[in-house]
Amino acid sequence: MKAEEYTERHETIDTWPIHIVTYRLGDKYYCTIDNVDPGARFARAEGATREDAERVALEKAQKYLRQTRRFPTAT
Amino acid sequence: MRDNVLVSTNWVADHLEDAKVRTVEVDVDTAAYDQGHVPGAVGWNWTTQLCDTVVRDVIPKNKLEELLGASGIDNDTTIVLYGDNNNWFAAWAFWQLKLYGHQDVKIMDGGRKKWLAEGKELSADAANTPKKTYRAKDQDDTLRAYLPEVMEAVKNTSASLVDVRSPAEFTGEILAPPGLPETCQRGGHIPGAKSMPWAKLANEDGTFKSDAEIKALYDGVGVTGDKPIIAYCRIGERSSHSWFALKYLLGYKNVKNYDGSWTEWGNLVRAPVEKP
Repeated sequence: MKAEEYTERHETIDTWPIHIVTYRLGDKYYCTIDNVDPGARFARAEGATREDAERVALEKAQKYLRQTRRFPTAT
Repeated sequence: MRDNVLVSTNWVADHLEDAKVRTVEVDVDTAAYDQGHVPGAVGWNWTTQLCDTVVRDVIPKNKLEELLGASGIDNDTTIVLYGDNNNWFAAWAFWQLKLYGHQDVKIMDGGRKKWLAEGKELSADAANTPKKTYRAKDQDDTLRAYLPEVMEAVKNTSASLVDVRSPAEFTGEILAPPGLPETCQRGGHIPGAKSMPWAKLANEDGTFKSDAEIKALYDGVGVTGDKPIIAYCRIGERSSHSWFALKYLLGYKNVKNYDGSWTEWGNLVRAPVEKP
């Protein structure tokens, strides 16, 4: 078994840059999303098609990113 | 120096049948191993197997001995670690193995991401490892910084503090990496710390940059190895990655990982915090 149809791309959700990796292992597609900076994987999904896996992973990513708060940096 | 601690994906592919080598996958995403892993690799779960599950601490010595023995590892085994997120938790495991004195441990440069991207063979089968006996040494505290030492370093500038989190975490704009739960009460950084995000040390494919490039980055923020260095992040795994680079790629002698990191400092009552 090998990772096939391996792709990577960058997108933005609500101003947060994300990095999307999708590949197929056997008959399943896997999608993982990291937050680019610092590069932590925080959402993933699997599906029967690339579109299914990415759609679910992106939904999770959007949900989690909306919980991220920004604070003023001035003391 | 680099050749002693880093191996390529091709090296690992060439040593899949080598009985002296045990490959171990350690991921942030603990489900990744089950999807498929380097054939013959053992999977370790950092949330349950590389820590004390009661007290906040690294894995206890007797538990490490059990884990390594059950993983088919004895004291003479070459351990090759790899994982997702550019080897964050592989580096975390490397640090703990060095804490307990394992001699021959290496990291697969580029980690899981590179192995997958190169279309190398994966297996979904659990590794069939013969049980072995492992004897760990006592913990080497020259590799680990605890809170009192960090406080002393702030007070006396006795060590270079390196914050390896992202710039937005360093300034306090965010309390945790985007998309992850907040685990501290305050944002910012330890006073006097230099910002050197771990990701600057890595190439796009997850491999480490050259020693010269890494040295130039640290030189640029005044971290030269002329005094002790303490690296920290949020929970100690990203800083393991930077600790590895500082100690084993650049060869700086006195480098410690402060695994208490920002989840400790950023929750302490009246601890000084610098912003931005």
